[in-house]
Amino acid sequence: MTANRLAESLLALSQQEELADLPKDYLLSESEDEGDNDGERKHQKLLEAISSLDGKNRRKLAERSEASLKVSEFNVSSEGSGEKLVLADLLEPVKTSSSLATVKKQLSRVKSKKTVELPLNKEEIERIHREVAFNKTAQVLSKWDPVVLKNRQAEQLVFPLEKEEPAIAPIEHVLSGWKARTPLEQEIFNLLHKNKQPVTDPLLTPVEKASLRAMSLEEAKMRRAELQRARALQSYYEAKARREKKIKSKKYHKVVKKGKAKKALKEFEQLRKVNPAAALEELEKIEKARMMERMSLKHQNSGKWAKSKAIMAKYDLEARQAMQEQLSKNKELTQKLQVASESEEEEGGTEDVEELLVPDVVNEVQMNADGPNPWMLRSCTSDTKEAATQEDPEQLPELEAHGVSESEGEERPMAEEEILLREFEERRSLRKRSELSQDAEPAGSQETIDSGSQEVLSELRVLSQKLKENHQSRKQKASSEGTIPQVQREEPAPEEEEPLLLQRPERVQTLEELEELGKEDCFQNKELPRPLLEGQQSERTPNNRPDAPKEKKEKEQLINLQNFLTTQSPSVRSLAVPTIIEELEDEEERNHRQMIKEAFAGDDVIRDFLKEKREAVEASKPKDVDLTLPGWGEWGGVGLKPSAKKRRRFLIKAPEGPPRKDKNLPNVIISEKRNIHAAAHQVQVLPYPFTHHRQFERTIQTPIGSTWNTQRAFQKLTTPKVVTKPGHIIKPIKAEDVGYQSSSRSDLPVIQRNPKRITTRHNKEEKL
Amino acid sequence: METAPKPGKDVPPKKDKLQTKRKKPRRYWEEETVPTTAGASPGPPRNKKNRELRPQRPKNAHILKKSRISKKPQVPKKPREWKNPESQSGLSGAQDPFPGPAPVPVEVVQKFCRIDKSRKLPHSKAKTRSRLEVAEAEEEETSIKAARSELLLAEEPGFLEGEDGEDTAKICQADIVEAVDIASAAKHFDLNLRQFGPYRLNYSRTGRHLAFGGRRGHVAALDWVTKKLMCEINVMEAVRDIRFLHSEALLAVAQNRWLHIYDNQGIELHCIRRCDRVTRLEFLPFHFLLATASETGFLTYLDVSVGKIVAALNARAGRLDVMSQNPYNAVIHLGHSNGTVSLWSPAMKEPLAKILCHRGGVRAVAVDSTGTYMATSGLDHQLKIFDLRGTYQPLSTRTLPHGAGHLAFSQRGLLVAGMGDVVNIWAGQGKASPPSLEQPYLTHRLSGPVHGLQFCPFEDVLGVGHTGGITSMLVPGASEPNFDGLESNPYRSRKQRQEWEVKALLEKVPAELICLDPRALAEVDVISLEQGKKEQIERLGYDPQAKAPFQPKPKQKGRSSTASLVKRKRKVMDEEHRDKVRQSLQQQHHKEAKAKPTGARPSALDRFVR
Repeated sequence: MTANRLAESLLALSQQEELADLPKDYLLSESEDEGDNDGERKHQKLLEAISSLDGKNRRKLAERSEASLKVSEFNVSSEGSGEKLVLADLLEPVKTSSSLATVKKQLSRVKSKKTVELPLNKEEIERIHREVAFNKTAQVLSKWDPVVLKNRQAEQLVFPLEKEEPAIAPIEHVLSGWKARTPLEQEIFNLLHKNKQPVTDPLLTPVEKASLRAMSLEEAKMRRAELQRARALQSYYEAKARREKKIKSKKYHKVVKKGKAKKALKEFEQLRKVNPAAALEELEKIEKARMMERMSLKHQNSGKWAKSKAIMAKYDLEARQAMQEQLSKNKELTQKLQVASESEEEEGGTEDVEELLVPDVVNEVQMNADGPNPWMLRSCTSDTKEAATQEDPEQLPELEAHGVSESEGEERPMAEEEILLREFEERRSLRKRSELSQDAEPAGSQETIDSGSQEVLSELRVLSQKLKENHQSRKQKASSEGTIPQVQREEPAPEEEEPLLLQRPERVQTLEELEELGKEDCFQNKELPRPLLEGQQSERTPNNRPDAPKEKKEKEQLINLQNFLTTQSPSVRSLAVPTIIEELEDEEERNHRQMIKEAFAGDDVIRDFLKEKREAVEASKPKDVDLTLPGWGEWGGVGLKPSAKKRRRFLIKAPEGPPRKDKNLPNVIISEKRNIHAAAHQVQVLPYPFTHHRQFERTIQTPIGSTWNTQRAFQKLTTPKVVTKPGHIIKPIKAEDVGYQSSSRSDLPVIQRNPKRITTRHNKEEKL
Repeated sequence: METAPKPGKDVPPKKDKLQTKRKKPRRYWEEETVPTTAGASPGPPRNKKNRELRPQRPKNAHILKKSRISKKPQVPKKPREWKNPESQSGLSGAQDPFPGPAPVPVEVVQKFCRIDKSRKLPHSKAKTRSRLEVAEAEEEETSIKAARSELLLAEEPGFLEGEDGEDTAKICQADIVEAVDIASAAKHFDLNLRQFGPYRLNYSRTGRHLAFGGRRGHVAALDWVTKKLMCEINVMEAVRDIRFLHSEALLAVAQNRWLHIYDNQGIELHCIRRCDRVTRLEFLPFHFLLATASETGFLTYLDVSVGKIVAALNARAGRLDVMSQNPYNAVIHLGHSNGTVSLWSPAMKEPLAKILCHRGGVRAVAVDSTGTYMATSGLDHQLKIFDLRGTYQPLSTRTLPHGAGHLAFSQRGLLVAGMGDVVNIWAGQGKASPPSLEQPYLTHRLSGPVHGLQFCPFEDVLGVGHTGGITSMLVPGASEPNFDGLESNPYRSRKQRQEWEVKALLEKVPAELICLDPRALAEVDVISLEQGKKEQIERLGYDPQAKAPFQPKPKQKGRSSTASLVKRKRKVMDEEHRDKVRQSLQQQHHKEAKAKPTGARPSALDRFVR
C-alpha cells in the first residue's frame, strides 16, 4: 500500500517537475537564490522518497529544522529539547512557588520507594526448604558412612550390638587383692619376704635387678661410644672427600689419578706374587675394561671434545698432544693382555707348534665366559667351527703322540680339557635347569616346552649326525691305541658339543617342520630309524656318556611319533631274571626281539592311530555352510557342477575354533567334546562385583570343606555372616554403639520431620 | 653300583650344618634334637651286614631349618585394658624368647596354596579387588593352618638303604624280615594254595582286609594282620577278578558269567546279570561306582549305593582286560590291543583321551596316587612311564627281558612290575617323583607266575597273587605312614565303620562330575555365561554391561560450546578406532609371521606360481 502511494507521489512529483521546468528559464532570471533553494529541496525530497523505497526506513519522521507556523494540535513535538518530560515538570509553573515544594517532596518520596517483590509461590518455597533440609541431613548422615561400609565388609556381624568388656585381667591384678590366709601360705610369704623376693611384680630380686641394670648400662655406654666414634669418623671422611672434590685444579686431579693408578699397579704386582688367583681376577677385570673399551668409542677421538681438538690440532701443539694421549690410551686399553702364567711360559717353548694349531678363540671364549654375551659367542662360533674342522684331523696324530710320550705333553691338553669340560658342565647344568622347569610345568604352557625343545633339538640333531663320525673316529683310535686313558677318550664329546651348542641361533627349527619330517619318515621308510638306533646302542659304551643320548631320546620322543615308539633303552639288568628267560643269551634275546618285530610288522599301530586322529580332528572342526543352488543363473543337471566362483561366493566359512589341546601331541587324541553333565554343576552367572570370570574363579579356588582344611580353618571359612543371640532384642544401631557422641544437632532433622514423636518422647521424659 | 639317593639319607649332614650355623644363640631345643636324632634308630637291631632299615623317625627336627614365613606378622589383638608398662612382661618378668607366632616353613605352606597367582587377571574395580584380597588372605591363612597341622603327622616313611653303594635289590625278604621287629616281620607270609590256580587279590581301603580269588573258584576274605579268616567259599566257577566295595563288608567277584556280590560272611547278596563276562573290576570309592570291563568290550559303571547302572560305554576296541583307575580324578584307564590306552568317564560316551603307548598291545596299566604318572607295559616288552599332566609323553622307558604282565603303584609312588614269577620294584626320589627305572629297588622271586599285584595301603607290604597262592612281602617305604583316622582308619570298630559309611554316602560325589581335570569344576562355565549374556542383550535390546559412550565434561570460560564438545567426542572416538585398527593389524602380522615358512628363501620365480 505504502509503496503504491509512494510511487504515485513520485509520479506526481515528476509531473510537477516537468511542469516546473517550463517556467524555470524565466524564473532563474528573477531570483536565482530562491529558485536554487527550491530545486535543492525538491531534489532532497526526491532522494528521500527513492531511498525510502527499499523499505528499511520508510517511515521517517518529518524533520522540522525550523520553527514552523503549522503546529499540529494533536501531537506535541519534543524534538527540540531531546529530554523526556518529567512528572515534576508539569507541576512546575513558570515561576517557582514554595507552596508546591511539599507536594514535590511527597512526590519524590513516593518515587524513591521501591516496589515490593512478588512473594515466591508455595512450591518453590517448599523446594528450597527441601533442598536445604536434604543437604543438612546428608551431612549429618554421612558420618555413618564408614560404619555402614565396615559392617558391609565385616566377615561376621553379631547382634545385638553390645560391647562387652573382655574380662581378662593380668594375673598380677587378680593376685593383688589376694591375701595369705592359711598358716602355710603365711609361712611361705614370710619366707619370701625374708629373702626380699618380690611377690607380685616382676619376679626378680633387687639384687638381680641391679645386676641386670648395671650390665645393660655398661653395654649401652660402650655401644654409644662406639657409635659416636663411627659417626665422627664418617663425618671427617665425608668432609675430606667434599673438600677434595671441590678443588678445581685439573693438574691436581691428574696427579691424584696417576698416583692411584700407580698404586693399583703396585698392588697388583704384589698380589701376583702373593695370591695369583686374586691377581687373575684382577686381570679379568682389566680384560672386562678392555672389552668395554672396544665396544665403546670413548677414546676413539670421536667425541665432541676430541673433534674440537682435532680442528685445533693443526695449530696447537697441546691439542695435538692431548689427542695423541687419548689415542694411546685407547690403544693401551684395547691391547690384549698376555695371560702369562708360569706354567704356560715354561711350556711355551715346547708347545709352540700346538699353539698355532689351537686358535685364540678357544682362550677367548674361556676368558669371556664370565658374562653370557651371545654376540661375542656367536662371533666366535664361526671361527671355532673352522677350527674344529682343522682340529679333528690334527687331533688324532696329536693324541697318538701323547700316547707315546705322555710324560711331556700331558699337562697342556689336560688343562684344555678341563676348560672344555667345565664349559660342557655349565651348559649341561643350564640345560638341566631348563628341563627341570619344563618338568615342573609341562601341563601349563606349551610354549616353554616348545622353546626348550627347540633348543635342545637343534643341538641333538646335529649331535646325532656327528655321532656317527665320532664313532668311526673312536673306533680308529681304539684300534690304534688301546691304552689311551679314560679322560682322553672322553675328549671328543665335549669338544664337539661346544660348537654344536654355540650354533644354536642358526640351527633353530620349528616344531612343525620337525613334525613334518617325522611324518614323512613315518610314511616312507618306517623301518629306518630303528636299526639306526640299535646300531647306536650297540656301539655306545654304557658308562661313558649317559646323559647326552638319553636327553636326546627324550626330546625326540616329544616330537617324533615314530621314534617315540621305537626308542630303545638299555634292557634291565635285573638280578632276578624270570626263570623262563634266564637261559636266554644275548643273541637269543636279539632273535626274540626280531621275532617280536616281525610279529608286529603286519599291524601298523601308528598309521591306524594317525588315521584315527585325523578323523577325530576333521570331525571336531566346525563345518562350512554351502549355500549354492545348482541351476541358478546357469545350466544345471546331472554331471554339471556349479562354477567355482559361485561356490566360493556362497560358501560361508565357519569360524576357526580354538586350537585343539592335542595339537602338538602326535600320540594323543584328546576329546574336544564338552561334558554337559559336569557343566550343569558349574557356575553360569557371574555374581555382582565381578566383571570377568577369572576374577570370580580366583575367589572360589580354595576349598572350604573339612576334608581339605583343618578344623579351625573350616570353622572360620564357614562362619555365618550374621549371628543373632537368641532371646535378645535387636535394637537399631545408635551413635554410642559405634563410638560417636550423640549431639542434638544430629537429631535435628529427625525432629523436624516428625514432631509428633518428639513431643511424645518429651512427654515420656516428663512423666519419668 | 649307585643306589638312588633316598630322602632320608641326607638328613644327618643337614642337621650338622644347621648346628654350626646356629651356634651363637643357644636355643632350648638344641639339647632336645640331638638325642632324638641319635635315639631315632634304636628300633631295629643292625644285623651283621650293617644294613640300615629305619622304620620311622620323628619329624620335628626338620622344621627347624626353615625360617619363619615372611608374611605379615599376625599379632594377636589383645585388648589392653590395664595399661601398666611394668607388668607388660608378665608375672615372672621373663621375656618371651620367641615372640610372635611360631614359624611355618614356606614350602609346606606353598603345598597347600591353590590359587594360581601366575595367571594375570583383567583390571578389576576397587570393590572386586577387595573381594579378591579377602579370598587371597583366606587362602593364605588356611594354608598356614594346614602347614602347622603337618606337625601332627608324626610318622615318617621307612626306607631301605644299601651300605656304600650296595644294591638294595640284592637284599632278599629273609634279610628284611630278620632286621625288622616282630610285628613287621609277621606281615611277611606266604599262603600256599596250589590247588585253585592263579590268584587275584585286593586289599580294602583301610589296608586291614585282604580278599583273594583263585581262578578255580576259591574266594576268601581275611583280616590279614591278625590272620583271622572272615569267609572262605568256592563259587564253583572261574573267578576273573575280586574287589572290595567301599568297606570290607561287601565283596564284588567277577565270575565266569556274571558279577556277584558277597558279604563278609560269604553270603551271596546280588547277582548282577547286566554285567556279564566281566574281566576286571575297579571301585571308585568317592563316587561309589563299581567299574567293570567285560569281554564284550563294554565298560559298565554300577552305582553300588543305589544299585543302578550309571553308564554302559562301548569301548569299540574288542575284549577289555586291562583296566586301572586314576585315584586323583577317578578316570578309568583301559588298555587295548592296538597299543592305546583310553581314558573314560561315565559322563561321556567317547573316551576323554586316547594315548598311543606301545607298538603291540597293552598288557598292564597303573596310575600313581597323585594322578601324575601312568605306567604301561606292552607286548613289545617295554615299560613306560607317562606324564598325565596334559602332555601324555613318556618320561622314561625301559625294555624288560620278558615284559611286565602286571603293574601297580604304591601310595608313595613305588612301582611294581610282575614279570613271570619275578616282581621288580622301582623307587623314585620322594613322593611326587616318577620311579626311576634305572635300578630296581627290590626284587623277589615267587613260586609261580604272578597273576595279581597290589600294595597294601598304610602298610609297607606288597601283596602278590600267583599260581602258588598269595605272598605278602615287605617293601619298606611303600605306603603312606600317616592315615586319616576319619577317612580310612585301619583300627576302626564296627560302629565307627557304620558311621563312616553314612558320612561317606552323604558326601558321595555324583558320577557325572568325573572329568580329566577335577579342578575345572571350580571354574565358571564360560560358554553358558556368554550364551546367557547374548540372550540378555537380545531380551533387553541393549547391552547393560557395555561401556558407556564418552560424554565430554562441561568446561567453563566459553570452551563448552557445542562445536568443541563435538570435537572432543570425535577425538576420543577416533582414538578408539585407531586402537582397534592397530590391534587388528598386529593380529594380522602375527598370523602372517606364523604362516610364513621360515626355512625356504623366496625365489624370484615365485611370482609365477599360481
